Amino acid sequence: MLFGFEWDLTNPLNFAISILPILLVGMWVTIQATVLGFFVALVLGLFLAVLKSARSRFIAWPARLVTEFIRDTPLLVQLFFLYYVLPEYGIVLPAFMTGALALGIQYSAYTSEVYRAGIEAVGRDQREAARALNLSAANTFTHIVVPQAVPRIVPAMGNYLVSIMKDVPVLSVVTVLEMLNVAKIIGDRTFDYLVPLSLVGCLYLVMTLVASAGVRVLDTYLPKQGLPLK
Amino acid sequence: MHWSEYLLPLAEGAWVTVQLTVYSTILGGVLAFVFGIGKLSSNMAIKSVSVGYIELFRGTSLLVQLFWLYFALPLAGMAIGIDLRLPPVVAGVLALGLNIGAYGAEVVRGAIQSVHQNQREAARALNFTPRQTLFNIVIPQAIPEMMPSFGNLAVQNLKDTALVSLISLGDLTFRAEQIRNFTQDSTTIYTLLLLMYFGMALVVTVVMHLIERFAGRWRMVGS
Amino acid sequence: MTDAIIRFDKVVKRFGDLTVLDELDFEVKKGEKVSIIGPSGSGKSTVLRILMTLEGIDGGVVHVDGEPLWHELREGSLLPASEAHLRRMRSKLGMVFQQFNLFPHMTVMRNITEAPVKVLGLGKKEAQLRAEELLDLVGLADQAKKFPHQLSGGQQQRVGIARALAMRPSILLFDEPTSALDPELVGEVLTVIGRLAEEHDLTMLLVTHEMRFAREISDRVCFFDRGQIREEGTPDELFTDPSEERTREFLKAILD
Repeated sequence: MLFGFEWDLTNPLNFAISILPILLVGMWVTIQATVLGFFVALVLGLFLAVLKSARSRFIAWPARLVTEFIRDTPLLVQLFFLYYVLPEYGIVLPAFMTGALALGIQYSAYTSEVYRAGIEAVGRDQREAARALNLSAANTFTHIVVPQAVPRIVPAMGNYLVSIMKDVPVLSVVTVLEMLNVAKIIGDRTFDYLVPLSLVGCLYLVMTLVASAGVRVLDTYLPKQGLPLK
Repeated sequence: MHWSEYLLPLAEGAWVTVQLTVYSTILGGVLAFVFGIGKLSSNMAIKSVSVGYIELFRGTSLLVQLFWLYFALPLAGMAIGIDLRLPPVVAGVLALGLNIGAYGAEVVRGAIQSVHQNQREAARALNFTPRQTLFNIVIPQAIPEMMPSFGNLAVQNLKDTALVSLISLGDLTFRAEQIRNFTQDSTTIYTLLLLMYFGMALVVTVVMHLIERFAGRWRMVGS
Repeated sequence: MTDAIIRFDKVVKRFGDLTVLDELDFEVKKGEKVSIIGPSGSGKSTVLRILMTLEGIDGGVVHVDGEPLWHELREGSLLPASEAHLRRMRSKLGMVFQQFNLFPHMTVMRNITEAPVKVLGLGKKEAQLRAEELLDLVGLADQAKKFPHQLSGGQQQRVGIARALAMRPSILLFDEPTSALDPELVGEVLTVIGRLAEEHDLTMLLVTHEMRFAREISDRVCFFDRGQIREEGTPDELFTDPSEERTREFLKAILD
């Protein structure tokens, strides 16, 4: 029994049906971790992107090094670091929060590149046109660059959302009860790993298909010429 | 225990990580070509198998795949009377290779499709067979296109090897965990661990750059 | 009729709703040099691409060297051609492309020898000797070891011609061979094509916008418009005294 649901071991089908509600509880945790991790990645990535594009080398280069370091080291090790090292300095977070933070940090390295590429893709000629019209730097950024960069940034971010979802099971190592961890516990107690783990695989396929379809739909509705300003 | 005493066990773990990365990247590379080319096949059976493989392994989580191979596959084998218990190292290499191969297959497919149509037309006009066209004309031009993405995938694969510590394979992360349990010196251990992975990732990046230059050397000549 | 090496018999080609060839009838005799002129988008290049088997047809029959190109005669009826039949037919033809289509990852020498070695089964030495002769013919004997991107457009197109000739085709197709070139590089390519026309008994079919050149080298010029040949004749007839109104308009527009 887990989360108040009994399992029925009479045959594989009954077993699968009986543990489905338990796995769905785990799936809800997976979704929450995904959304929170994604949010952290969006904010932290923007912060890194701004630092990396700073005029001063003393800001830009360390920011680049940090991005590279985050990108080149495993999520699992970053998670261990946060989970075991932060408390030594008096920062105690719940496992779920630590996990979402680790996801967010890992993916901030990727999202910062998406921001940078999206902004750079709005060409030099657009900036020069804005300058010729004597628009202020702030005005150029908010009214010329951002509206044109958003349609390029959103689909790439969507793909990272799907990637984060697939990395959530790593959080099981710090006791977060996401879907894979729940399936593993069922397996440990019933000695049947085949049904729960296969079911998790299927549920993951459903989640990523739905999420990818959502990203595609969003992409088709995005105005390719930039957000219209009236 | 002084931190320098951690280095020997960590180095042993790092060697396992290096081996895992090399074997699974090679396996992934082979799978990437087989199924990336397969996805472009006009034979519906080959195409469906390739698409199925790519979607299955890109659509689920690596850790789910690893656990499935290690914990669930033996039970599936038992049900049909075959011993499918895999040693952790085999399960690890298989899961990593299958996973990275699926992402690589999309890279291979994309690079092959990016070769300009007029190259295929020239090959047809010179009466090359479809197979000769693919292997002599298209793929040699596609490989330099693939290399930057393959470089990223190789680094991704190196990072992903850390997950095999969860099926008690003695890689770098596993050894670090052992030392931490023993010494409780989390800050030193994990800092060392991060730096070691970073160092290895830089080596992988350099190696992939060298391969990229070699594969695309015709592009650089004299221009 | 028997000496026609190329014959289009009521050939239809459509791209979606657009009819590019509209029951085209067209013949080229063995050894003849024929230019096809006409407005862009009139389907001139499609004629060459069908001959080179790069595009299929939707109706009619194309004959090359007395045999149907896109069909096979089996048990008395015409059936769509197999790949084996296409391969056999293709060996009679060679093509020079508008964008050269050289293989960027191969040296000039390899570009020319690859197909003779892999397709015709020639020895490497033999193929190289042949390639050296051809490079000499197109005036690039000293460029064999370079890669295409190290050559000018005109040089690349001359390699393209040598590459097509290395397969010893009896028919050579030129698809606007100079229209991707800078004006100052057009001359060197036309000189090579002109020399080929004079010195070889190759059948040549040329789609071009170079009117003066077409007039110089052709035995016959065809004016192609809206999927059909509107008028054909010797260069002198067609260029000095066209009988059709459409031809006159086209020539007036392009020559002015």
